Amino acid sequence: MFQQQLLNGILLGSLYALIALGYTMVYGILELINFAHGEIYMIGAYSAILILALLTSVHSSPPVFFLFLILLPLSMILTASYAATMERIAYRPLRNAPRLSLIISAIGMSLFFQNYVMLTQGARDKVFPQDIAKDLSLWLSEVFQKFFPPESLTPTGLTLFGAQLSFVDLLTILSSIILMVILQLFIKRTKTGKAMRATAQDVNMCKLVGIDVDRIIRVTFIIGSSLAAAAGVLIAANLKYGRVHYFMGWIIGLKAFTAAVLGGIGNIPGAMVGGFVLGIIESLAAGFISSEYKDVYAFVILITVLIIKPTGLLGERVPEKM
Amino acid sequence: MKRFSWILWPIWMGLLTLPFMRIRGSLFVFIALTLGILLAKVIVPFIKSLEISSLFNLKSSITNLKSQITLHRLPFKIGIVLLLLFLPPFINRYHMDVITTAGIYVLLALGLNIVVGFTGLLVLGYIAFYAIGAYTYALLNTHYSIPFFLALPIGGFTAYLFGFLLGSPVLRLRGDYLAIVTLGFGEITRLVLNNWDEVTRGPNGIAEISRPVIFGFTFREPLHYYYLILILVLLTIFVTVRLTRSRIGRAWEAIREDERAASSMGIHVTAMKLLAFAISAAFAGVAGVFFAAKQTHISPESFTFWESALVLSMVVLGGMGSIPGVVTGALTLIIFPEILRGFEDYRMLLFGVGMVLMMRFRPQGFLPPKRRTIR
Repeated sequence: MFQQQLLNGILLGSLYALIALGYTMVYGILELINFAHGEIYMIGAYSAILILALLTSVHSSPPVFFLFLILLPLSMILTASYAATMERIAYRPLRNAPRLSLIISAIGMSLFFQNYVMLTQGARDKVFPQDIAKDLSLWLSEVFQKFFPPESLTPTGLTLFGAQLSFVDLLTILSSIILMVILQLFIKRTKTGKAMRATAQDVNMCKLVGIDVDRIIRVTFIIGSSLAAAAGVLIAANLKYGRVHYFMGWIIGLKAFTAAVLGGIGNIPGAMVGGFVLGIIESLAAGFISSEYKDVYAFVILITVLIIKPTGLLGERVPEKM
Repeated sequence: MKRFSWILWPIWMGLLTLPFMRIRGSLFVFIALTLGILLAKVIVPFIKSLEISSLFNLKSSITNLKSQITLHRLPFKIGIVLLLLFLPPFINRYHMDVITTAGIYVLLALGLNIVVGFTGLLVLGYIAFYAIGAYTYALLNTHYSIPFFLALPIGGFTAYLFGFLLGSPVLRLRGDYLAIVTLGFGEITRLVLNNWDEVTRGPNGIAEISRPVIFGFTFREPLHYYYLILILVLLTIFVTVRLTRSRIGRAWEAIREDERAASSMGIHVTAMKLLAFAISAAFAGVAGVFFAAKQTHISPESFTFWESALVLSMVVLGGMGSIPGVVTGALTLIIFPEILRGFEDYRMLLFGVGMVLMMRFRPQGFLPPKRRTIR
């Protein structure tokens, strides 16, 4: 029971962490709580289903590994385009406006995206095609056979420390960890990453030394939304959770934001740690205290953290920007 | 080349909407945007060329009208009140119901304005206090049959208490954190109402709440509620105006303008913020009691984050810190969608777009507050 809840928590936490990264990166630079970020995640999940429908209409049964290779990047690109357009239309013109205007604009965008998807795709749940999900699971089992001892494998997943984990769950956790490692390398090793860190510290100074701040902000939105899209695609492919609907982004967006605050908002490793910690706490509390209140725990944690240690787990004291 | 770069926008939007709207939908987006931009390209220079002659007159006549209104402020206000008093015979029950709903939102927006507009603190879970007021009345009434007019102050006071308890640890934090904590509080309130079945009866909500009764007279018609909310709104406006002109109101404004300066002038910043927060919660509590009495049936789904966002947009679109502005904002956001009933499905979409556009082109709101200054 404990191990099972722990694994579920890690799975949930990996999704929270992916989404929280987008919140934290945008907040780090713009000091904006990007309310539309949950909707970006929702668009990611829809993109997966729509692109899949497009691909299957071109080729009746495309090979699974090919699908897997192409579906994730394509959905990420489509979602990132949405986020970049949103940034250009709703946020960039407000660069010098008070922060309240930005937040209202973000709430407006969030409303817009929810209704846009509801009107174009209908209010009913969408589900990832069953047969493709099955093929994906089969293919994953072939791949994972090479890495895990045969006694831990079952037809649908594997047994770890007495807990069950399906292949898609494992894929979710692994891909989110890989994406986070890539992000960390990007931030630490590339010139753009360095510019992003610099912009988060001091926008005006960056302008002085010739960094194109608008471009950096766009890149930030693109990266953050790609990660959220990846979370959306992975959850859509997971039939256990995979009901895709137009308001799916709202509550998970709030929780991911909680994760970002928990880890210290503006702090990238903090968001990852915060995501996993939040996922594990929530899952354990749902298992051992009461599952009815599983959505409440996140907010109780949020308020407690803000009152006791507002800088979060890994955040350092930031002086209030004037 | 640069002259035609605008054509990239419709192409980009068309491509972006292609997976979601299919070929026909995205073609529609493309054509509509192209036409829209072309039209704007023609019309905007046209208006600009006109500006020197006719628009100038229009502008001056608007300022003229404004000064007329300010000059005859009192008669103007009395006129509006009289209009509202004698309106009911000329409108039907449905219109009265819409106006009553708008009145509830005016109460909420005025309350939120105290904390967002006057004191400059962002609160995102305001609807929680509305829910607390509504459930206070619903529970007291169904269990102990407390009448409406007694519950009105009790509901307000309960919300005040919750505001005080939430505010005292939280208001010492930086601005953004307050927004997040109140957002979390709003969600917790809704989730608890939804799950605490023994007390709140969960998602089904509480039914059969008594209507207001005074001296044996029961409020049941939309007309009765219309006058009741009118009185409440006028009372609230009066209280708010008096508050802003008091020592407390001036302290709030000072905090909004510059916290450090206010503090060095001897204002107890945290205490004043706490007062603003709790008073604004009390307003929401009163509105909640009225809501429960009007609906006679309440459930947690009336108290979602979108309601908080709606009230916040009323305050921001109307003009933060301006009482006529906030009232206008609330009336617009409730009555305008009712006019748009034909576009029912597209309402919220347009609402979202409207919020973004408003922030882009007129962030100070419809009627920004006039500063009382000495120059």
